[in-house]
Amino acid sequence: MSTKIDRAYYDIGRLDTLAAGDTPLHRLDPRAKLLTTMVFIFCVVSCGRYEITRLLPFFLYPAVLIGLGNLPLGYLLKKLLLVSPFVLFIGIFNPWLDRATMLQLGPLALSGGWISFFSLLLRFTLTIGAALLLIATTGFTAICMTLEKLGAPKIFTVQLLLLYRYLFILIEEAIRMMRAHALRSFSPRGRISFRVFPQMLGNLLLRTLDRAQRIHMAMLSRAFNGEIKIVRKFRFGSREVLFLGGFGGLFIVLRFTDVIELLGRLVLGTVTK
Amino acid sequence: MSHHIVEVRELKFHYPDLTQALGGISFRISHGESVAVVGANGAGKSTLLQHLNGYLTPSEGQVRIGDYQLTRNTVREVRRTVGMVFQDPDDQLFMSTVGDDVAFGPLNLGLTSEEVTARVDKALATVGVSHLKERPPHRLSAGQKRRVAIASVLSMSPDILVMDEPSAGLDPRARTQLIELLKSFKHTKIIATHDLDMVLDLCERTIVMHDGLVRADGSTMEIFENEELLAASCLEKPLRMQGCPVCRGKG
Repeated sequence: MSTKIDRAYYDIGRLDTLAAGDTPLHRLDPRAKLLTTMVFIFCVVSCGRYEITRLLPFFLYPAVLIGLGNLPLGYLLKKLLLVSPFVLFIGIFNPWLDRATMLQLGPLALSGGWISFFSLLLRFTLTIGAALLLIATTGFTAICMTLEKLGAPKIFTVQLLLLYRYLFILIEEAIRMMRAHALRSFSPRGRISFRVFPQMLGNLLLRTLDRAQRIHMAMLSRAFNGEIKIVRKFRFGSREVLFLGGFGGLFIVLRFTDVIELLGRLVLGTVTK
Repeated sequence: MSHHIVEVRELKFHYPDLTQALGGISFRISHGESVAVVGANGAGKSTLLQHLNGYLTPSEGQVRIGDYQLTRNTVREVRRTVGMVFQDPDDQLFMSTVGDDVAFGPLNLGLTSEEVTARVDKALATVGVSHLKERPPHRLSAGQKRRVAIASVLSMSPDILVMDEPSAGLDPRARTQLIELLKSFKHTKIIATHDLDMVLDLCERTIVMHDGLVRADGSTMEIFENEELLAASCLEKPLRMQGCPVCRGKG
C-alpha cells in the first residue's frame, strides 16, 4: 500500500531521472539554459496586467523544450496543478476589486478583474512551467552551480545543494516513521492523531540535528575549513550562443510586438477589404 | 622521522554530562600495521576513533600522530594524514554527486583542478566505482555507498586509515569484496568492528576494549583463543572458530 508520502518521494525522484536524460537539449551548457529561462521569465512578467494575446506566443518555448527534451507533458501539467493554489489565492480577488467592464465579447461583458486574473494565470503557467522545464532538462545540482558561477552568494547555493541532497534522506526517515506508526495504530487509513504528530515531528527534528552533527564531523575529517569548493567543467560554445541568442531575441521581440494582434489585423484587414 | 606512528598515552575522556567514556588508554601502532579495535557496544570504540583525527579532545592524556601531538594547531595536518570512514556512509556522502564527494577532500587541501581530477579518478578506480562518478549518492546501493565513502577518504592520500564498522550492513559478496579491497591497501589500518571474522582476515593485531579501558592488546589469534578474556569483554569467538554447526548437531 503506497501512501501519499511514498508517491511524493518517487515523484521527486522522477524529476531527477528526467534531468539525467540524454538529448541535445540536456547536453547544452546549463548557463545557456538558465539565462534563456531568466530572459523568458523577465519578458513574460514584465507584460502589462491586462495582456492576454501578447502572452500566448510565449507558449512556443515550453512546447519546444518539451519536444526537444522528450519530457512527459502529463507529469509536468500535474506538477503545475499542484502549485496552482498559490496563484489562485493571489488572483481570486481581482474580479471583485476591478469591476469596470473592459471587454465586450458579444453578450458577455468581461471586467478588468477577470482579464487580469486570466493574464495572471497565463503568466503563472509560463513562468513556473519554464522553471520546471529548466530543472527537468538541467538537474538541480547543475543549476545551483550555475547560479554560483553567475554570481549568486556561495552560501545560498551550498544550502540549496545540501538541502537537495538530504531531502531524500529526510523523506526516507519520515516514511520509516510513518510506516512504524501505521503498523501499530488502528485508526482507519492510518491517520496520525493530533497528539502523536507533533511528537513524531519533534523526533524527526532531533534525528536531523544528530545527523547534521555527524555530517559536520565528516566534513571536518576531510579538512573542511568553512568554504565548500566545487569543480565543474562547463563549455559555452556555438550551440549555446545560438540557443541563448535565438530564443532570447525571440522573447524580446514577442514582448514588444503583440504578434497575435498583428496577425489578427493582417487577416481582418484582408477580409474586410 | 616518526613515519606515521599512532600513539595514545593515558587517554581519558568524559562527556559533558560527566559520563566516563574512556578511562585511560595507551597503545602504539607502527607504520603499516593493521589493527582491529573490538569490544561490546558502548565499550568506547567509536569514541576512541574520534580522538584519532581530532574531532574529540581528550580530557586527559595525549594523542600523537606521526610527528605531531594532536592539538588545536596541528589538527589540520593530522587530518591530512588520518582518513576516517564512518559507520553510516550517508553521513559521509554529503555532496550532490559521487565525483563531488570524492573531490571534496583534495579541494580543501588546496590542490589545483587538474590534480584534484586526477586524484578523484584514481580513488574511484581503486575502489572500482569509476562508472558512478556522476551519480547522486541517494541512488547507490549500500555496498556502492561504502566504496564511495572509502574513495572519498582515499583521494586525500592519507597514511592512516581509520574505519568504524566498515562491513556493517553489507551482503556477503559486498563484504568479501570489501575485505579484498582492504587487504590490498598498504596504509596503516585501524578498524573498529564487530565482524570478528573480518578481523581474522585483515588484522594481525587486536585491541580489546571493555568499559572504556583496554583489556588486551596483542596478536589476533592469541586473543581469539583466550575464551576467558573474550567472555569478560562480552565477546565471542569468530564464527569460523566456533566449530562446525553440522558436526556439533550430530553429537
